[in-house]
Amino acid sequence: MLRCGYALFWLLGSVLLICVVSPVKGEAVVTREGSHLKLSESSHSNESQHGHSSNITGIPIISFKWHHVETPYLVAFWVLVSFLGKLVIEANHHVTSVIPESALLICFGFILGGMIWAADKVQTFRLTPTVFFFYLLPQVILDAGYHMPNKLFFTNLGGILVHAVIGTCWNAASLGLSLWGCQMGGAMGDLDIGLLQYLLFGSLMAAVDPVAVIAVFEQVHVNDVLFIMVFGESLLNDGVTVVLFNVFDAFVSLGGPKIDAAEIIKGIVSFFVVAFGGSLVGLVFGLLISLLTRCTKNIQIIEPGFIFVLGYLSYLTAEMLSLSAILSIVFCGMCCQKYINANMDENSVQTVRYAMKAFANGSETIIFVFLGISAIDKVIWVWNTGFILLTLLFVLVYRFIGVFFLTWILNRYRLVPLEFVDQVIMSYGGLRGAVAYGLAVMLDENKIKEKNLMVCTTLIVVYFTVILQGITMKPLVMWLKVKRAAVTEVSLLEKLTNKMFNHTLVAIEDISGQIGHNYMRSKWKYFEENWMSWILMKPSARKKQDQVFDVFHQLNLKDAMEYVTEGERRGSLEFVRNENSIIDFKKKSESESFDINNANMSNDHGAMSTTSRDPIPSVSLEMHEQIMKAVREAEAINAHHLLDQHLYKSRKQHRHRFSRSHFDINRDEKEVQEIFQRTMRNRLKSFTSAKMGVKPPKTIVKHTQKEQQQKMPNGKSMDKAKTSYSGDEGPNSVSFVHPAGIENPAFMPDLDPMDLLQIPPWLGESELDSSMVALSHRAQVDLPRTPSNLRRLAPLRISTRSTDSFTLENIPDTQQMDTQEEFLQSKLTT
Amino acid sequence: MGSRASRLLREEEIEEIKKETGFSHSQITRLYSRFTSLDKGENGTLSREDFQRIPELAINPLGDRIINAFFPEGEDQVNFRGFMRTLAHFRPIEDNEKNKNPATEPLNSRTNKLLFAFRLYDLDRDDKISRDELLQVLEKVDVEQKMSIRFLH
Repeated sequence: MLRCGYALFWLLGSVLLICVVSPVKGEAVVTREGSHLKLSESSHSNESQHGHSSNITGIPIISFKWHHVETPYLVAFWVLVSFLGKLVIEANHHVTSVIPESALLICFGFILGGMIWAADKVQTFRLTPTVFFFYLLPQVILDAGYHMPNKLFFTNLGGILVHAVIGTCWNAASLGLSLWGCQMGGAMGDLDIGLLQYLLFGSLMAAVDPVAVIAVFEQVHVNDVLFIMVFGESLLNDGVTVVLFNVFDAFVSLGGPKIDAAEIIKGIVSFFVVAFGGSLVGLVFGLLISLLTRCTKNIQIIEPGFIFVLGYLSYLTAEMLSLSAILSIVFCGMCCQKYINANMDENSVQTVRYAMKAFANGSETIIFVFLGISAIDKVIWVWNTGFILLTLLFVLVYRFIGVFFLTWILNRYRLVPLEFVDQVIMSYGGLRGAVAYGLAVMLDENKIKEKNLMVCTTLIVVYFTVILQGITMKPLVMWLKVKRAAVTEVSLLEKLTNKMFNHTLVAIEDISGQIGHNYMRSKWKYFEENWMSWILMKPSARKKQDQVFDVFHQLNLKDAMEYVTEGERRGSLEFVRNENSIIDFKKKSESESFDINNANMSNDHGAMSTTSRDPIPSVSLEMHEQIMKAVREAEAINAHHLLDQHLYKSRKQHRHRFSRSHFDINRDEKEVQEIFQRTMRNRLKSFTSAKMGVKPPKTIVKHTQKEQQQKMPNGKSMDKAKTSYSGDEGPNSVSFVHPAGIENPAFMPDLDPMDLLQIPPWLGESELDSSMVALSHRAQVDLPRTPSNLRRLAPLRISTRSTDSFTLENIPDTQQMDTQEEFLQSKLTT
Repeated sequence: MGSRASRLLREEEIEEIKKETGFSHSQITRLYSRFTSLDKGENGTLSREDFQRIPELAINPLGDRIINAFFPEGEDQVNFRGFMRTLAHFRPIEDNEKNKNPATEPLNSRTNKLLFAFRLYDLDRDDKISRDELLQVLEKVDVEQKMSIRFLH
């Protein structure tokens, strides 16, 4: 309450200051009416007063140089006022949960506007198109593009495009025509608006506004598909709006008779040019940003600056070429997200994200406040009941009709059809906002006599949609029980079942030899990975991404192949039903690692293995080769085991939540890290005691397990789970019997503390699936299935091999282990 | 490949499969060519090894279960009909007619899909999912690195 009180005090103070300040400019105000180009006074008054001050009589100790700082002062001041307004509004959550923030900001704008008008009798401050389109809108859209969930967007791109293009055209045409029809029918009294002007009005009214959509939908978390449809549409329809507006504007200027087929065709062509041209410009700038961030290692402090500047330039460039500026900046943001995250330093990435959110949020606040202020202006207040009410009605009705019709068509081609409820929300969520107002103000009043009426109507429609529809959106959603975005943690059973199904689907896809809709995507991925990443990503970032995956895949596939050939050799059925056959596989994998480290040992081990066939051909007995290969292969094996645990992704869709004010950090990696650290500590404890007594692995395994169970009576360890795996009998019993004792966790901690804090860079990416692991066959068999084996790396192999040496020769080979451990650690930490 | 497929797969068969599974003509032909490409032994049936030869399947944790699902109880070979029958479960649902009788429902109805999924869990085919079976799945799928398994004890 106290804070609220302070805020109110400040607010009051600031408002009073406005009222004090404005009379000072009283004279200049009158001259200002004509110019729409500045937020503050025209320079006219500046100069006159400035000249005034040069006639001084004595030396002023202090002088009030208002005009010196006028423009920047007012700008900063208004920003401050808007933010203070937001502060006041957000003070009480009960209010904001009912009424969306945007509506409250508009109301706040009303109040402010009223005060100013009362002081000045004229609206001194208004949302002018220049300020809006050049200074306030770009950052909002850049933020939208940068945080756009690309996968979701492109999956639904067809639907989004249909709605954006066809829907907007339909809205514009239907609105314009019906209004004109009504005028013909005399419902609106005596208005001097021609058909073309109606169409122009329709085109500026038709566009769903991204700012408003974000603002309202953020409070109502609807499901992803619904959100992306509306949001994507609101972004992409700018292409159409710009074209329609310019075309009809040109038509209005040309006048009726001059419009023939050629002009119309030119109009259609211009649509394609504007839309694709704008996107292309954005793409070019996005690539430029990615290239730049590749080289900015030495100036990490101002790295984020590049993104903002280039994003803004893309906007301005498109505007300059009369292409769609919004499309340009959206695609710029969408294109560069991935490469920026890969190339830039972690801190820079965070800075960019945070700064973008800050700017976007700030701009939005200012936009809404000024939307409110602009209303209180007698000049534009031309009331025509018929026109206004009919516009409102038509806007709503045609939106519904358009959405339902288009969705009906779309659903015939969609895998997951949009339900009725979703469609209702989509229609209801077609909010108009500041873009429409900006366009309306940009109308030329010489050509369009009734400009003020149009501006007024636009404002009323904007208020209606933002305030009324905003307020009623949430209850509507709840009432209709729209499938909300899953805010809660899904239960274990759900997670399990989801994963099951994902794996099943992937398996069936592989069996049937096609990847369904993702054929294009796999082609794109191939292109992207081999060409674009190569050019646009820093070599180090690329290496982390690609090579490890490649190695993983290669090794895994190699394993899989060997698995299969092994099975074939031994007889088919046994292979699947009999879990014991997995032993061989395990042995084989060990032999692989043996090559790397010590050929002799593997030889012995080969002799030891009872049920395997000949050791793999790749086992080479020459130390030379081994050591040469060892460097690369060690890394490869490290990576392999690392990835084994983590990265078999079941091609699940990443669950996304777009928000203006928060951004999610991938929580799972923290959990993973935390669990890992915890269990490592436990292991360390158990390890130190286990190391003391060296026994044959069989007992060692059991010993440590028992120990751990004793040590952690709170049941924290996953070993409990391991021992109680009554399920897959095979691997478990085998693992206990197997001489290699691979499941010996005791030797892990010795080497792993070094890697406690190493997070693979790919885990840092926010795009990562929340489900990270599905253990491959091999992983399940080879390594303990406890979550603690998160960062198991080749050192484990070494240690298990040394346990082999224990069994074979019963010597605690700790020294050998240490040297190898060092060797590998040095490899890991490079 | 195309001519080979059409030679070995007669029109009547295609019609029958179409009726039984609901796939379209082109889909059936396409899947038949896939079937023959998997069938290394060229005896018109697939064995388990043929499936396992698909590398991605081998690294899929549920791979062997899915493969099992293709083979009816006790058999080791699956012919094209059986192949299609299993794949038919994965067609999109058409909620045109709601049949009360599960026996007459098309293969891709919700019930049949669920039945398929159920069979993935139920290894011993006793029409029940025992606790052990559930645990096995949990392990294979390795839900999260949380201590989720612990909670089951």
